[in-house]
Amino acid sequence: MKSLQRALVGFGRFWWDFLVGDTPEIFITVVMMLSVLAGVSMWLHHASAAVYVYPVVVLGALLVSVRRAIKR
Amino acid sequence: MMATLSHGAVTGNVILCLSVFLASTVEMVEALTIVVAVGYSQSWKSALRGVYVALGVLAILVAACGPALTSIPRTQLHVVVGGVLLVFGLQWLRKAVLRSTGYKDKHDEDKIFEETSLLVRQQASERAAFVLSFKGVFLEGLEVVIIVLTMGSSAHKVGLAAITAIVAVALVAIVGGLAARQLSNVPENALRMAVGLCLISYGTFWTGQGMGLRWPGNDAALLVLVAFYSLGAFLMVAAFRPRVAKVHV
Repeated sequence: MKSLQRALVGFGRFWWDFLVGDTPEIFITVVMMLSVLAGVSMWLHHASAAVYVYPVVVLGALLVSVRRAIKR
Repeated sequence: MMATLSHGAVTGNVILCLSVFLASTVEMVEALTIVVAVGYSQSWKSALRGVYVALGVLAILVAACGPALTSIPRTQLHVVVGGVLLVFGLQWLRKAVLRSTGYKDKHDEDKIFEETSLLVRQQASERAAFVLSFKGVFLEGLEVVIIVLTMGSSAHKVGLAAITAIVAVALVAIVGGLAARQLSNVPENALRMAVGLCLISYGTFWTGQGMGLRWPGNDAALLVLVAFYSLGAFLMVAAFRPRVAKVHV
């Protein structure tokens, strides 16, 4: 039972380090972007502008993360 | 129409292979540095045993998870896998931009070699040599496995992705074997930048596709995304690189 618990904790810690690690802003931004994108595609069926806006937002996320690291 | 589709598919395959190949090369150079350090400092037998066991475990992971992932409906798979690739790619690209601008130290294989050698000499046991070698290959290889599984399953080409990774690993092993102490000459940051660009391009493309966006030109849009993100990264490096004041004598 204890070894299973340890394995689960290890598994969870691996994914936490892998996806969040020392860049929580990237993870949060990606989750927010995907949520907004899901909403846009659900409410506006032909949101063709999203194709052009989405990559710009991704690049913006990178810019924010790089600036945050430089300020630190 | 057929020609456009086939051009798009070829573009997708090329970017898939390129991403997997470069990611595998970067990670395996890091792993090989540790293995060579263990081999030189303690025992080649233990170092190689660690490599074989780690590669075996990684191969089992790909064989077990690959078919399971491809059975998930494509739309959901694209959103989840694309999201993971976006996070992963942005982390790689951020690190590469920071290293290019000088705000983060470049990856120094010579330093890692010296540190690992010191650690092995301090512990001076066959078991420690095996564990260090295994951990080095397994942890670096795990990132490659995740890239192979996510990209391969989304494109329904796990086999192609796995073969590309094996070719890259074999190539690094051969080159590393011939020039064991020259690993620091590999342009690791440039490779990291290229992988980051490919990962976020695929991540953007697949999450968009999974959410119902229609990319102009289908798979060919990947090339436009790679070009767009490359330009963005280039501008970021240029903007954030510290300016050195010119001194007139």
